[in-house]
Amino acid sequence: MEIPYTVTTRSDTGLFNAKLGIWLFLASEVMLFGALFSSYILLRVGAPVWPHGWEHLNVALATLNTAVLITSSVTMVMSWASLMMKNFSRYKLFMGLTILLGLVFLIVKGFEYGAKFSHGIFPRESTFFAIYFTLTGLHGLHVLGGMIVNTYLWGPGSRIWKSNPARFTNRVEIAGLYWHFVDIVWIFLFPSLYLL
Amino acid sequence: MSEMSADEVKRHVRVYVTVFVALLALTLITVAISTLHLKISTAVTVAIFIASIKGSLVASYFMHLISERKLIYAALLLTGIFLVALLFLPVSEWSDRIAR
Repeated sequence: MEIPYTVTTRSDTGLFNAKLGIWLFLASEVMLFGALFSSYILLRVGAPVWPHGWEHLNVALATLNTAVLITSSVTMVMSWASLMMKNFSRYKLFMGLTILLGLVFLIVKGFEYGAKFSHGIFPRESTFFAIYFTLTGLHGLHVLGGMIVNTYLWGPGSRIWKSNPARFTNRVEIAGLYWHFVDIVWIFLFPSLYLL
Repeated sequence: MSEMSADEVKRHVRVYVTVFVALLALTLITVAISTLHLKISTAVTVAIFIASIKGSLVASYFMHLISERKLIYAALLLTGIFLVALLFLPVSEWSDRIAR
């Protein structure tokens, strides 16, 4: 049986099903990261002393990573725009760039983690590092998850472009909404952990 | 968003580039301000204010929230209410400790 409302919009919601589905999923993600931010506030306000992020973390690398993730958001939306303009080769280019930028983000994060581990700094070091590794680790896993989906849509998943371009364009839009959400989470994590 | 014409998408692309430049500029501004080592309450206010502008730009233009259906706004409003409640739960615990 054909899955309904993958392209056409429902008359009651005004949306195709996956669009409503991803927004409800993102709402649950807001609560997940919100709970951790809430814990961070509680731990920070309750601590007698709390280190400044810039004293212990590499602000230059984190700034670079912020620029990398923002750029990947632009390439992601450009990949969707390319499909809307029926330009599949440009889609492949921009989606490929998005995946590469996600990889650069994780490699830079790996260097940051590696530098800490080589100095014997692990989550058990302090409450500050426990919340730092928890928040950035969970965010990193979200980047990895997005990259897996994007790689599928760049490779084998892109085959349906020929048979059902509207459905494929919607899939890319949905993956993009998730990717931009991951970008927004980093936009708040960066100042909270590194700059304050 | 899927019902947009190719011409409309072309116009959107120019907006995406403008937003991209604004996001990079705001990132540099927030890093520059952090080097001033302001009082923590001021620093938190400024950093979260700039992050909120950046987040709103991404949500409005890259996620197309600026022209989305009412149902999604309703879902996000509900999420926002619960998020604020969640973020302020620690405050209630803190004020409880002060009262004792």
